[in-house]
Parts: sequence; structure tokens; C-alpha cells
Amino acid sequence: MSDPRGGRLLTRRTWLLGTAAVALGACDSSRPRQGFLGAMERFNQRFQSALFDPERLAPEEPAEALTRPGAFPQYFISDRVPLAPAGWALQVGGLVARPGVLSLDDLRLMPRTDYRIRHHCVEGWSAVASWHGVRVSELAKLVGADPRARFVEFRSFDAGYYSSWDGPSAFHPQTILAYGMNGAPLPPEHGAPLRLYSGVKLGYKMVKYLTAVNFLPEPTGGYWEDRGYEWFAGV
Amino acid sequence: MPHAPRPQPGPVRLAHWVNVPLLAILAMSGLQILAAYPMMGPQGAPYGVYPFQGTPPPGWTRLGEWLAGARHWHFAFGWFFVLNGLCYVAWLVGSGEWRRRLFLPRRDARDALHTAAYYLRLRKEPPRQEPYNGLQRFAYTGVLVLALVEVLSGLVLYKPVQLRALTALFGGYDPARLVHLGVLALLALFTVGHVVMVALHPRTLGEMVTGGRRHE
Repeated sequence: MSDPRGGRLLTRRTWLLGTAAVALGACDSSRPRQGFLGAMERFNQRFQSALFDPERLAPEEPAEALTRPGAFPQYFISDRVPLAPAGWALQVGGLVARPGVLSLDDLRLMPRTDYRIRHHCVEGWSAVASWHGVRVSELAKLVGADPRARFVEFRSFDAGYYSSWDGPSAFHPQTILAYGMNGAPLPPEHGAPLRLYSGVKLGYKMVKYLTAVNFLPEPTGGYWEDRGYEWFAGV
Repeated sequence: MPHAPRPQPGPVRLAHWVNVPLLAILAMSGLQILAAYPMMGPQGAPYGVYPFQGTPPPGWTRLGEWLAGARHWHFAFGWFFVLNGLCYVAWLVGSGEWRRRLFLPRRDARDALHTAAYYLRLRKEPPRQEPYNGLQRFAYTGVLVLALVEVLSGLVLYKPVQLRALTALFGGYDPARLVHLGVLALLALFTVGHVVMVALHPRTLGEMVTGGRRHE
């Protein structure tokens, strides 16, 4: 080894620059759930779950905060507004004692939850509407969900859009299967006949046009989650 | 007798240079996130005070390629920014350097005004440089406060419901978003002023690299 500077091959400067290069090289924006960004996201997910308080409610918004009619964004991935197939019913399955099918009338007979809260979209906007429906925790009770089912998957007829949730968020008192918006039946543009709504997740977790709810022992992915967005996505 | 401190002790230099890439990454990934919805105010009620409604920031100011990429950059490196800030403040307190570096209004306000007047060509007497003049103390303390507000408003945007008390402190989610962008603009303004002052006083750049000579 003949280093003219006297053997300090690894100077502090090259070490720092090397570390920075490796760290930034492991940051691939097109695959953010891998490499260094992915490792940090797994850390952030643990942080978010630890921060999540199952008792804390999203605050009720005053009537004046309601987003004016027509200004609440509509969103679906199909080319047109997806319309419910004839004879629509919700399938409930997974680790449950009584798997089966529920009609909208069955759901309306269950205890109803109402609230007016703020919607937080991953894009950065917020909007306010009121929603009513039945808690996912009520559904879990009805079908006898197994305690080992620590995750809940929601599927739709909107071109396969889906998402899976952690149990504590899914069983939060403000997480509902909503069949109404702003005091009226849920309109097709916002997910009729039944959509997921919640005060504790970003908008893309709240699957519209529901077809199935599965209580599962493992998390699955989601339409946006599989494309690189965060899986936990709490607010 | 112990050595007199260098003008820029090691911990200051480390925190300073670590901050340079971190601030760039956070600002640029933040602007990529803004590009997903370049509006201020809730849906249907945009804020009149924001002059750039609907205009996304230019491409060269952004990092992360798309919304999900930028969010991952932002939430990954935000931690290191917070950690760096906490280490710096802990060192300020522990070493007693806060006396020499922080702005104490009764001690520094008059000197800060005189120094500002000098740079605006309203006064001939040059400002004191050792160790810091009042204007420098004002700037370096002010930027710490801005960084704190930036982190707190960012936490509101990240977890508006879990941190609902903090959200209420900012007046809500959308006001916090406006503050988060406004403080970014102030941080950018500080950086421009900072670089201009370094160009006017090149010795300070050397000190921030090597630490500078000890003054006995």
C-alpha cells in the first residue's frame, strides 16, 4: 500500500461523500417502497401505527364548513361512473363464523352512524361532507369475525379497485360502510350503493362501489398501494 | 487555560452542512407534492390571498418524479432534518453557545438595527463582526423559529386527526398547508440573503468549512 498521503485511504471526506452517494442511490422515486425510501417508509408505518389512537375521533365540522354542492371531487378508475350490477349485494368473508351476503336493506337495519368530518386527499386537498352508514366493527360483530383476522380487505366493482386496512383503523368508531352522503342516498359519482368512509385514513384507502369485505389474518395490498403509495396512510 | 472556541466549532459546521442537502431534498420533494394539487384552501373555497392558484411549481424545483415518490422522499428525510435540528439545539444549550448565537432583544435589537442600516447604506460605521452582530443573531435565531414552525405545520399535514390539537393551533388543515408553503418561501428568502452575505464576507465561508482560527 503506497498512499502518498501516508496511509489515510479513507478520509473523512470520501467516507461522507460515499455514504451520501449510497444513500441517495438507494432512493428510487419510481419504486419508492424499495431501497432506502422503502426502509424509511416501514419505519414511518410503525411510527404511524404507534401514534394511532383508536379512541381519537376526527372532529365534527360545522355546517358552514360543508363543501358546496358539486365541489366535492368525484373519483373512480373506470372510464365512466361505475354502476352497481343488478341484484347487488355485499359479500362478507374471510375468517368469520357466518360468511354471507348482505343487501342494502340488511345494512340499513343495522345501527346507523352519522358524522360530518373533513376528507384528506393524498394530493393535498381537503373537503367536508356528512356521511351515514354502518360501522365496520358492527359488521364484524354480525358475521363473527375471528380475532386472528387483524386486517380487513375491501373490494369493489370499479375495475378491481381495492385496499386492505389494519384492524384498529378498520374498527375505529368513525370507519363506516356508508350508504348516504349529505343526508341523501349515496350518489353513483361518490360510490353508490355502498362505500367505505373514515375519519382516520387518506381518501384512496376509502374504497367506493364496494362488493366484498374480507376479514383476513394478513394484509394484502391495494390499487394505489401496489403502485407505490403508502399502505398505512393514516391521517 | 482552556482554548478559546473556534469561530465555528465542529458541531455547528456538521449541523450546517448536513442541513444543506436535507433542506434541498425537503423543499424540492415538497414542491413535487404541491404540484399534485397546486391550490391553497379547501375544495370549493380557494384562498384569495394565495397568488399562484392552479400554477404548479416549475419542474426544475421538484424532486421525486411523482406524488408517491415525492412523499416517500419527504417523509424519509424529514426525520433527519428534525434530528439535526434537535442535536443543534441540544448543543446550543449544553455548550452555552446560545449566549453568543441567539438573539436576545434587549442586548441585540439596537445593534441589529444599526447593522441593517449599514447594509442599506444608511449608516457608515461598519457592524461588529466578533463574534456575531445583532442582525446575524436575529437571522440565525429567526431561522430556527421558522424551522420549528415548518416542522410543526408539516406534522399537521401528515397527521391532522391524530395531532388534532396541533391542527387546531394552526386554525385547521388548510391554514397549516398555507403556513407550510409560506414558511418555505421565507426559508428560501433567508437562504438567498445568507448566500449574498457570505459572498460579501468570504472569510465566513472558510470558517464554516475549517472552523477558523482560535481567538486567544
